[in-house]
Amino acid sequence: MAAGRGLYIAVVSLAGSIALLVLSVLSIGFIALGVGVLTTPVVLGAVRSFAEWRRRLGQDWAGVRTPSAYRPLPADLRPGLAGQAERCARLLRDPATWRDLLWLPVDMTAGFFTAALPAVLLAFAAEGVAIAAGLWRVLGDGYWFAFIPVRGQVSALAAGVLGLLVLAGALRVNPALLQAHFRLTGAVLAPSKEALARRVERLSETRHDAVDTSAAELRRIERDLHDGAQARLVAMGMSLGTVEALLEKDPEQARKLLAAARQDSAEALTELRDLVRGIHPPVLAERGLGDAVRALALRMPLPVEVEADLPGRFAAPVESAAYFAVSEVLTNAAKHSGAERVWLDVHHDAASGTLRMTVTDNGRGGADPSAGSGLAGIERRLGTFDGILAVSSPAGGPTLVTMELPCVLSSQKTSSS
Amino acid sequence: MRVVLAEDLFLLRDGLVRMLEAFGFEIAAAVESGPELSRALAELKPDVAVVDVRLPPSFTDEGLQCALAARRETPGLPVLVLSQHVEQLYARELLADGMGGVGYLLKDRVFDADQFTDAVRRVAAGGTAMDPQVISQLLSRRSRDRPMEKLTPREREVMELMAQGRSNTAIAGELFVTERAVAKHTSNIFTKLGLAPSDDDNRRVLAVLAYLDRGARE
Repeated sequence: MAAGRGLYIAVVSLAGSIALLVLSVLSIGFIALGVGVLTTPVVLGAVRSFAEWRRRLGQDWAGVRTPSAYRPLPADLRPGLAGQAERCARLLRDPATWRDLLWLPVDMTAGFFTAALPAVLLAFAAEGVAIAAGLWRVLGDGYWFAFIPVRGQVSALAAGVLGLLVLAGALRVNPALLQAHFRLTGAVLAPSKEALARRVERLSETRHDAVDTSAAELRRIERDLHDGAQARLVAMGMSLGTVEALLEKDPEQARKLLAAARQDSAEALTELRDLVRGIHPPVLAERGLGDAVRALALRMPLPVEVEADLPGRFAAPVESAAYFAVSEVLTNAAKHSGAERVWLDVHHDAASGTLRMTVTDNGRGGADPSAGSGLAGIERRLGTFDGILAVSSPAGGPTLVTMELPCVLSSQKTSSS
Repeated sequence: MRVVLAEDLFLLRDGLVRMLEAFGFEIAAAVESGPELSRALAELKPDVAVVDVRLPPSFTDEGLQCALAARRETPGLPVLVLSQHVEQLYARELLADGMGGVGYLLKDRVFDADQFTDAVRRVAAGGTAMDPQVISQLLSRRSRDRPMEKLTPREREVMELMAQGRSNTAIAGELFVTERAVAKHTSNIFTKLGLAPSDDDNRRVLAVLAYLDRGARE
């Protein structure tokens, strides 16, 4: 059984790996000529399904699970040549693609050997038995079966015994050999263990931060509502109750209380408005990140020059994280940097799928993300989305804060500005 | 005076209709979504439109976009935009065509019926009605810039009211001074800001806002 499967894999993998390796190398080489751009995604797609097929066989036949870690291609890739070029570029940037390509030569050598070995063992055993059964007469005098020189019936019988021993051994180890083949496949194809471990560690860390942050945020909202708008509405209700009682006896006093009640309602509204802005800024909801940071810049106490070039909108949590990160950096700049001007640049790099935001000011510098300031909070906020923060702030300035968030555009632009 | 009203919340729409009718306005249409608003503005050509920024079906700034589009079709079509929040960004977009006849107020301003209907009339007449919040943001922001530092506290008060779109008479009433004193303050302001004086209420507000806007970019 294992031998049959192994032989099948050995034959198919040898042919498939050689063919695909040659095609891949040619195709990638031809990218320089242009033709490769069209063929590479097709060839790499075939390599991928070949590798996936082997992963599946490993699971079904030997119980060896090999995780696959291909990066997903965005669903809204443009059609035509441009889309094909982008697909090609994305495929080539995926480390999983390069693991596939590295696996092909391994598969056609060591992989072929391990896959074919069970069948070879069986054939060897069969040869021993055949020699004992009379094949020795046909073979010349100098024939060696393994370490046994075949000279007559006696040595032929010895060969037969050895063949049977090999057969017994083969039946025992063949499944393990097949498994070894798939383990080899897995070792080359699977994303590296440390990388996975690092990733898991980072994810649990950022998840922890995210949960903490959102819990703190909820507490703040609850407190603000409780101490602010809610208290004001209660005060308003009391004023109105008193007004009701005073209406006839003391109209003048009632009028004053009414004015106070209206003041309370206005202040409750202001507080609710600020609260909403702190949770999800209205302009962000209405217009998206570009206009939201423009509106933010207009509210800053110092001039902020905004350069925002975004072709569409992002997922709401990403927009929100980006907005609040920018907001925090701008507020820091206004409060601590002593700057007179700030420059904000926000743009999306479609090729790498990254949202990049830079804030530069002409202040005195010396900002330190490790000093437990707001910068560490921004780093955590961005970390939830695998984003990064880099700060360059030599004493004497200028300060340059760069933030990057990996993200894809989720929809086309909705407003004209 | 014929008004087209767009507000998606039934309670507010109903309240606004009743208030405006009580003050002698004629409600030509009271609609609850962006497409309905666009149609009403195109067909009814009202004297003034009172529009909520956020409208269905998109629940983004659809009301504002409809109003801006209608003003591109019919230049100077008076529009008063109401919002749960005010943003300079939106105020600037409304003022950008320089035609006047625009207003941008917080929804709370309807609490004071007199002031609110006054703002509607001012917009209908081609004037402006900017929310004090927009103006105070602009002024506090600019206070670091040199030209604004030259203004006396009283002149800043006058400027704030002027930027809201108030007439000299209204400003005089608010600050308990004579109209002549206000006229003197305004001409001082224009001189200090380097603007040619003008009698036109609408143009002077636009000039002030345009100046502040330019200040932000330089």
